[in-house]
Amino acid sequence: MAAVTLSNIVKRFGTFTAVQKMSLDIPEGSFCTLLGPSGCGKTTTLRMVAGLLDPTEGDISINGRRVNDIPIHKRNLGIVFQNYALFPHRTVAQNVGFGLKYRPVDRAEAQRRVMQALELVQLPHLADRYPSELSGGQQQRIALARAVVVEPDVLLLDEPLSALDANLREDMRVELKNIQKRLGVTSIFVTHDQSEALAMSDQIIVMSEGRVEQVGPPEEVYNTPASEFVARFLGAANILEARVTDRQGDELALDVPGFARVVIPRARAPKLGDASAAKLVIRAEKLKLMPADSRDDTAIMIPAQVEAVDYQGQAARYFLRVGDHALQAINMIDVAPFAAGDSVILRLLPRDCAALPVT
Amino acid sequence: MGWGLIRLYAIAVYAFMFLPVAVVVLLSFNANQFGSFPMTGLSLRWFEALWNNDAVMRAFRTSLVLGLMTAVISTTLGVLASLALVRYDVPGKNLITTALIAPILVPEVVLAVALLLFLNWLGIGKSFALLLAGHVIFTLPFVILVVQARLVSIRRDVEEAALSLGASPVQTFFSVTLPLLMPAVAAGALFAFTISFDDITGTLFWKPGGVETVPTQIFSMLRNSISPEINALGTVMILLTVGLPLLGAAIARSLSTKRGR
Repeated sequence: MAAVTLSNIVKRFGTFTAVQKMSLDIPEGSFCTLLGPSGCGKTTTLRMVAGLLDPTEGDISINGRRVNDIPIHKRNLGIVFQNYALFPHRTVAQNVGFGLKYRPVDRAEAQRRVMQALELVQLPHLADRYPSELSGGQQQRIALARAVVVEPDVLLLDEPLSALDANLREDMRVELKNIQKRLGVTSIFVTHDQSEALAMSDQIIVMSEGRVEQVGPPEEVYNTPASEFVARFLGAANILEARVTDRQGDELALDVPGFARVVIPRARAPKLGDASAAKLVIRAEKLKLMPADSRDDTAIMIPAQVEAVDYQGQAARYFLRVGDHALQAINMIDVAPFAAGDSVILRLLPRDCAALPVT
Repeated sequence: MGWGLIRLYAIAVYAFMFLPVAVVVLLSFNANQFGSFPMTGLSLRWFEALWNNDAVMRAFRTSLVLGLMTAVISTTLGVLASLALVRYDVPGKNLITTALIAPILVPEVVLAVALLLFLNWLGIGKSFALLLAGHVIFTLPFVILVVQARLVSIRRDVEEAALSLGASPVQTFFSVTLPLLMPAVAAGALFAFTISFDDITGTLFWKPGGVETVPTQIFSMLRNSISPEINALGTVMILLTVGLPLLGAAIARSLSTKRGR
């Protein structure tokens, strides 16, 4: 059963439409991510589920109950905000216990649950501190404890990691995901960070300009993007104009003039249909640079020129030219990276390509 | 050399500002029966005379009641107005803000006469209620300015967090917004009290016959003679209007350091 259901949600602010006809099922106990650039409507959607905004049209239900007319404080939610939003005038324990005051929980039970929640986020020793005495990471854990202690029907996470610095963010993301799994609480996570979305989600909902572009598990969204937007937003991708030259069984032959002829599995082009024009999507890390004299009969080998190199430590990003096509590749560095001006061979496996319809 | 001059100049400015006040305070302890130099000895006799002066004590009580009521009403209205103006989309927000702040900008005499004429036109006579209304009108801007500034700095998501945890909007206000707003509310109340307690211009216009506040009482006493009691009364006024805000600030500071902020 879906824990949260959005049906035909529309949200307008004056003449601006922030969310357009959005329908979505969030399965019970899953970790779903609304992913998209700023202004795509992801936060607006979250705030509508929270009850902080009213949808202009459409229905929202939580656990089968329509909540459109139920105010936020009666929806039994937990929200974790980007800037923690702890109560500065209350201690950590009082912060965590805040929601229990409005529920039929006696004092001893409340105290036990507060400590349990603090242990969950590994900060039981900070119970008597004030939020201003804690680091950003600690504050966000307390905010998480405060949100889950009330055993919410849905946990809403509004870019909870964005205010933390890079290293901490990666630790927190593992921890957050672990806690969510342990509690099994249905979670909706909002982020513009694709690596967070890929690492944490059961389902990713990619949004753009108020519309859902694609819904699917991380691997599917990453490997088989449903639109050019998704392909470009998740990681670096090369998108080339192609002609469909042949369809046989499960295979599809695509010809990119001046580049290559690629035969890909039909499954990698689910949206293409019978169109004769297509776009070939090649992830930057799937183009492997090889020395100019390399041979490999099992792959497509394309001669290319390195135009520029962006050195990133363990990997390098190459800007390449094949005839009229400008391409990008991201490769791990084996010994030394290729240099600008080098002639190389690009090795490409057809199964790593995907095709999109031309829109 | 340059700094020496600046220091000297600063001392001169402060002396100019505070010496008259110091003289009043000093003379209030003078044992002499005339309220002027030379001092003949230290004594509290003028404070005692003040204590036994019914008119002064009555005026003092009036001022205290007026000041406290002004503070309570002004602060309540000011907090509500600030909440509406900061947290909600009120049509004509800027106009309302300007109108609420205007009493500071309009000369007090004009405001005093205007309110009087307006109430005359409505056929309402002078009363204590009118006096109170007048004081509320021109202390309100101070409360609104202080409270608004603080309210803007209270993040909306803190309130949203409280709501999401099950607190109703009213519970959220009393358990989150108001405690965080408290320093500004206290400051606003103190402002309102001291301004009301000090005021003479508006009070002279608005007070009903027979009612005197401390400033109007001093004013009428001065018309007859310069009694040393006035020095004593001045000292008490200074103590109240300077001491109270200082005390308030000290309490606010100790409260906030306790919370480590």
